[in-house]
Amino acid sequence: MDVLFSQLFAGLSLGSVLLLAALGLALTFGQMGVINMAHGELMMAGAYTAFVVQGVVSDAGLSLLVSLPVGFLVGGLLGLLLEVTLISRMYRRPLDTLLVTWGVALVLQQVARDVFGAPNVDVRAPSWLSGAVEIFGVGMPRTRVFILVLALVCVGVLALVLRTTPLGRRIRAVVQNRDLAEASGISTRRTDRLTFFIGSGVAGVAGVALTLLGSIGPTLGTNYIVDAFLVVVAGGIGQIKGTVIAAFGLGILQATFEYSTTASVAKVLVFVVIVLFLQVRPQGLVTVRTRSLA
Amino acid sequence: MTFLQRLLTNPRSRVLLGFALAAVLLFAVAPATMSTFRLNLLAKFLCLAMVAVGIGLAWGRGGMLTLGQGVFFGLGAYIMAMHLKLADAGPGGVPDFMMLYGSGVVPAWWEPLRNPVLAVLLVVLVPTALAVVLGLAMFRRRVRGAYFAILSQALAAAFAILLVGQQATTGGTNGLNGFRSFFGFDLTDPVNKRMLFFIAAGTLLVMVAVVRQLMLSRFGELLVAVRDQENRVRFLGYDPATIKVVAYAAAAAMAGIGGALFVPVVGIVSPADVGVVPSIGFLIGVAIGGRATLLGPVLGAVAVSWAQTSLSEQFPSGWIYFQGALFVLVVAFLPGGLASLVSRWARRRSAPPAPGAPAAGLAPEEAPVVGRSA
Repeated sequence: MDVLFSQLFAGLSLGSVLLLAALGLALTFGQMGVINMAHGELMMAGAYTAFVVQGVVSDAGLSLLVSLPVGFLVGGLLGLLLEVTLISRMYRRPLDTLLVTWGVALVLQQVARDVFGAPNVDVRAPSWLSGAVEIFGVGMPRTRVFILVLALVCVGVLALVLRTTPLGRRIRAVVQNRDLAEASGISTRRTDRLTFFIGSGVAGVAGVALTLLGSIGPTLGTNYIVDAFLVVVAGGIGQIKGTVIAAFGLGILQATFEYSTTASVAKVLVFVVIVLFLQVRPQGLVTVRTRSLA
Repeated sequence: MTFLQRLLTNPRSRVLLGFALAAVLLFAVAPATMSTFRLNLLAKFLCLAMVAVGIGLAWGRGGMLTLGQGVFFGLGAYIMAMHLKLADAGPGGVPDFMMLYGSGVVPAWWEPLRNPVLAVLLVVLVPTALAVVLGLAMFRRRVRGAYFAILSQALAAAFAILLVGQQATTGGTNGLNGFRSFFGFDLTDPVNKRMLFFIAAGTLLVMVAVVRQLMLSRFGELLVAVRDQENRVRFLGYDPATIKVVAYAAAAAMAGIGGALFVPVVGIVSPADVGVVPSIGFLIGVAIGGRATLLGPVLGAVAVSWAQTSLSEQFPSGWIYFQGALFVLVVAFLPGGLASLVSRWARRRSAPPAPGAPAAGLAPEEAPVVGRSA
């Protein structure tokens, strides 16, 4: 029983990290069909933001709380800059956007290397996050629990924004039918820009959260970006629900496979499962119904 | 019209002339003017260009943005490397790194590679078979565009992680290296190094010829049609999945052969040559040269590898900025690559466009954009 719970928690913990990484991606990919390969580097920017903030505010607990909104702003503004300068010019060529943003990712990584140095740096976790909590007789690190809660809060806020605010209504309209939304008087350009800001901001928050799990380096984003994309593909685009289920599903799957085999074999098995899953649902778990040809 | 003019204007003889010129450059001029070291370097670039030829077919002509060619390259390379390791160890022998990290016993799945004929066959067959299986699984279910790109990238990530994880049987992060001979020929001998260059150059020329025939055939026309309007091809009664699988498998086979020749030329293959980053790196040369053209990917790949070798040693940080800027500028503002500049220049000189010239180097609009009518 203990093994089951600790496996379940390991999976949920991994899933919450995946969820944080994939949430912003699902938003931008879902709305604009644009693959932002620099998303991982926006996370990296968020992580280094936490590092810089801790240099200013030395108290670890306070700096974490300050870093979260600042990381959101840094990630969001970087994403906005990227959208305005490059991505907005290439909406009709989504596959090329992927390569262009990869180029941006390379540049951002090198900037981080030149500014902060190639070796990894550490951000101190606050004392109230050290140690573990006992749940069902299994000790769980408080940092992991914090990230799980943070991921769920992010999902909740995002869902609330999408469901209740005028901006959320506009975003949903553009996702469902861009042309019709435009014909109804919605400025799709402005909506796109705001969506990209929010999605990139969530990446910044994810970066701040990752500083709790280990030291941070210029290639921090690349470690998560591939898995985050897999979550988006498996979850389907257009709705947050699919992303949440896919993130926790893949997290638990990965943790289970890791327990019975090794971490590297588990990666391959997860990939095989996703390809098999797409045989059943080629568009992912949750899809927006549409009459357009698949 | 003189004989020479006729020779230069007839498209058929122009192609033959082009191949003859390339052959003279590769087989006479390069060996005569370059040192063995430089020639070996060029041979490495030619191996990478083989991958680029395949990407040009799959991505440029077929619209399949494959971010995982490193997997097929790596499969070819590791199969060849395993065979060379076994051959160095002698009949019944055990490769040196297995004594260090492993149990000292050759695993059963290595054993067939002792046979040189089988090893050469598997270099082509294994990448092709994997591409066919994956291609059927994805294209038949109409997984395409960005989804296909992401899955191919995930495959590259998983493959590299798997290689690192299985150190006892794959050499782990170090990869496989320290080969002494290539099918009985001593690899330290400069004469044999030159021989390897000739093999690489000949293989590349054959590949370019094959891809040219594929592009001009009915299959090539269908492939471009699938890239531009997959549904219309389907409505005409063709099966787009089969067409795409063939192009994808051909690209995989070329990447596998390139990888297999890469191993004796460079002397090492490691997970760093096959993961996510090198897999995308293969694309930049193709994009710069002109993805939908025949020669663009080859020349682009050689030029980029050459620039990387000469720049990254002197300015390691500057090279990465340069590479990133190349990705952004070329793909965003010159999607047809340098080849589109050449053809624009040629069109300005002679009013009618050259026959067989690609209409546009643009990739099709293939994103799974929901709600937009196809």
